[in-house]
Amino acid sequence: MSILIDGKTRVLVQGITGREGMTRTKLMKEYGTNVVAGVTPGKGGQEVHGVPVYNTVKEAIEHEGQIDAACVFVPAPLVKDAAFEAIEAGIKFLVLVPDRVPLHDTLEIAAFAKKMGARFLGPNTLGILSPGKAVLGMIGGRAQSAREWFRPGPVGVTSRSGGITSAISYYITKAGFGESTIVHVGGDAVVGLPHPEIVKLFQEDPETEVIVMFGEIGTTQEERVAELIEKGEVTKPVIAFIGGKAAKSGTRFSHAGAIVEGGRGTHESKVNRLKEAGAYVVDSFMEIPEAVKKVLKG
Amino acid sequence: MARLFEYQSKSLLKEKGIPIPRGGVAGSPDEAVKIAGEIDYPVVLKIQAWVTGRANLGGIRFAENADEVKRIAGELLGMKVKNFTVEKILVEEKLDIEREFFAGIIVDDAEKSPLVIFSSIGGTGIEEIAREHPESIAKSHVDPLFGFKDYHGRELARKAGITGKLIIKVGSVLSKLYNVMKSYDARSAEINPLALTKDGNVVALDCHITVDDYAVYRHPELGIEIAREFDRPATELEKIAYRVEKKDYRGTFYFFQMVEKVPPDGKHIGFHGAGGGGSMMSMDAVLNAGFKIANFCDTSGNPPASKVYRAAKIILSQPNIVGYFASGSGVASQEQFHSARGFVKAFLEERPEIPAVLRLGGNFEEKAIEILHTYLKELPAGVEGYGRDDSPDFCATRLKELVEKNGGKPHTPKPYSEYTPKEGEYSFETITGRIYIDHELCDKCETKGCVSECPKEVLKIENGRAVLNMDPEEVKKGKCTECLACEIYCQFHGAGGLHIVLPIPGLKEYRERILKEIKEG
Repeated sequence: MSILIDGKTRVLVQGITGREGMTRTKLMKEYGTNVVAGVTPGKGGQEVHGVPVYNTVKEAIEHEGQIDAACVFVPAPLVKDAAFEAIEAGIKFLVLVPDRVPLHDTLEIAAFAKKMGARFLGPNTLGILSPGKAVLGMIGGRAQSAREWFRPGPVGVTSRSGGITSAISYYITKAGFGESTIVHVGGDAVVGLPHPEIVKLFQEDPETEVIVMFGEIGTTQEERVAELIEKGEVTKPVIAFIGGKAAKSGTRFSHAGAIVEGGRGTHESKVNRLKEAGAYVVDSFMEIPEAVKKVLKG
Repeated sequence: MARLFEYQSKSLLKEKGIPIPRGGVAGSPDEAVKIAGEIDYPVVLKIQAWVTGRANLGGIRFAENADEVKRIAGELLGMKVKNFTVEKILVEEKLDIEREFFAGIIVDDAEKSPLVIFSSIGGTGIEEIAREHPESIAKSHVDPLFGFKDYHGRELARKAGITGKLIIKVGSVLSKLYNVMKSYDARSAEINPLALTKDGNVVALDCHITVDDYAVYRHPELGIEIAREFDRPATELEKIAYRVEKKDYRGTFYFFQMVEKVPPDGKHIGFHGAGGGGSMMSMDAVLNAGFKIANFCDTSGNPPASKVYRAAKIILSQPNIVGYFASGSGVASQEQFHSARGFVKAFLEERPEIPAVLRLGGNFEEKAIEILHTYLKELPAGVEGYGRDDSPDFCATRLKELVEKNGGKPHTPKPYSEYTPKEGEYSFETITGRIYIDHELCDKCETKGCVSECPKEVLKIENGRAVLNMDPEEVKKGKCTECLACEIYCQFHGAGGLHIVLPIPGLKEYRERILKEIKEG
């Protein structure tokens, strides 16, 4: 089992003829993702790495049948339109890769997705990867690296930083373990499936035995995970590391989400809340593999 | 978040129909007098700065006549508050206030929707009021697909204890404030206080709006120079960096100075991260090693080599840094040799006499490290490349050793120079620069490796010379990704006739100025 995707997930790539769309379609196909169609308005009839390109999402569905997930690689100003198109066509899971999607666009996508019973990762996400099954987005960069760096196993990884998503998982693999699913929730202040949502999915996933979470300053995501643990909704062990200790209040890093607002959202608040709730909070990133080992081997 | 000044925020309120005091913004005492003359005395003068508690800082003053306006304006303009030098003041009519309210809208990340907050008690210390008088506060989430209407506003006013006809005016202000937020892509909009005047009007006395960085492109009318959150005006170098980012949307480039002038304390290093999380982790490592950080910089999201090159040139424009540290997550999805070539070009041009540790872990890191070590080996203070199995802590310690070995020598930037082509030299445009090829040197080249090095087959050989292999318009639009492979090959293994010029507007003048300052002590 894995969360959100597996080897059978039928995937549509929106913006498939662009620079990123083409490159990542190659990665996804080579890794084993079931990419069945692509969409670029005006470029219908072409093929990208053997994947047929259509003008609209509905046209793709008419020809290819049901689509389970859409991976969006269109430029940021066009993401809202692309996401609405996919959601309206009945696609229930989206991965919004682009960075710099306007916040109010994300809010509208979230509202529409909720109305239509759809879920989405991102925006500003590297995507999701289930070792040996499928990748949506760009985790790993190329199939060969993705196969070397990540292995199937019991660790569910969720991260707010793209690079760290791969880094944590790589070090876990290197320590001799594997991952059930690796998720980059996205770097923005508002994302479709934040940490608490992903942690809940890992809780339900029989293959996941331990959850590793990379948090960052800003937003209330990590505090809400602490609440889930306190309420008993999450009982699997959660190992957490919170980045941004060096950040002064008000100093912002590239992630729009890393903004310190009020009491919640600070490094201290997140660490304290998670510790109180009973999560394993490590002080250094490199301690994560050791913590995984302790939890899994008792 | 790009912050707007009070006077800018208020002009947006006015445009959407929220009453504000009469007045205007002044940049000189004479302007202030002129504005005051158009409204009735007494007037209030308010410094325009991104700080809270302006009244306690002496930044809000009252004047009864023109002489006072002139004197006080003179005192306020040029005043230093925190990191700010006051350049503008707002001159407004002083209103008689009956009551003060608070109105604000933020985005609630948990609910993924805007949250309108109204308090029937407002003014300073709103956080305390919220704690002590929770009954005075009402909140409501907004469905972004539907909007926030007048009746939503009235309901919110009612819940916060407003009665009678006042409900209509308050409700209208709240829906208009949401309209401002949505129309201008604000991340937050706050009126505090929202005042009820003695003559029965509801007026916004102070207002703070921050605009979403990612949506600034939709609002050229706001004139936002640099769409980043700062608690001070942007430095010249930050503006230069921001212009680079604005022109090139491939990948991310962010540059922020922790100190505008790096002190010669032998502790500050230039920091070049990749990715937010990896950067934070790497910064923690350099701080733990006892360094201080002169600047924060991030090039990530699969940036072209040209962007990494420009970032490195900008970082190396800071005098007195004693080392250069680049490190990201360590397991980057992007092909790291692109970044490596960006570093090579920048470091060969700058030839810094400070050591550098560049941790380029991720895809093709072996190739990336080999590129660094092959082409930068003769640099005097050492450039070392590392990969995913070398921790940030190890790399930071390594930089420390190299800095010590170098005697903590401070960096001095070189005058900015660009390749000068010969008259009529063959050239073509790329997405952010220009490639020059000296065909006389091509004639002497035996390898012609520039052609085989190019992954996009941009070049071909015609009569023994490298020329374009495609429509120049395609190349300009991005077919040439500015990976710099052809230039590095040509300079080291060919006849040296190929040059890529990647301009950084403003950097030449900046370097001239700082070098002059150094010379003059």
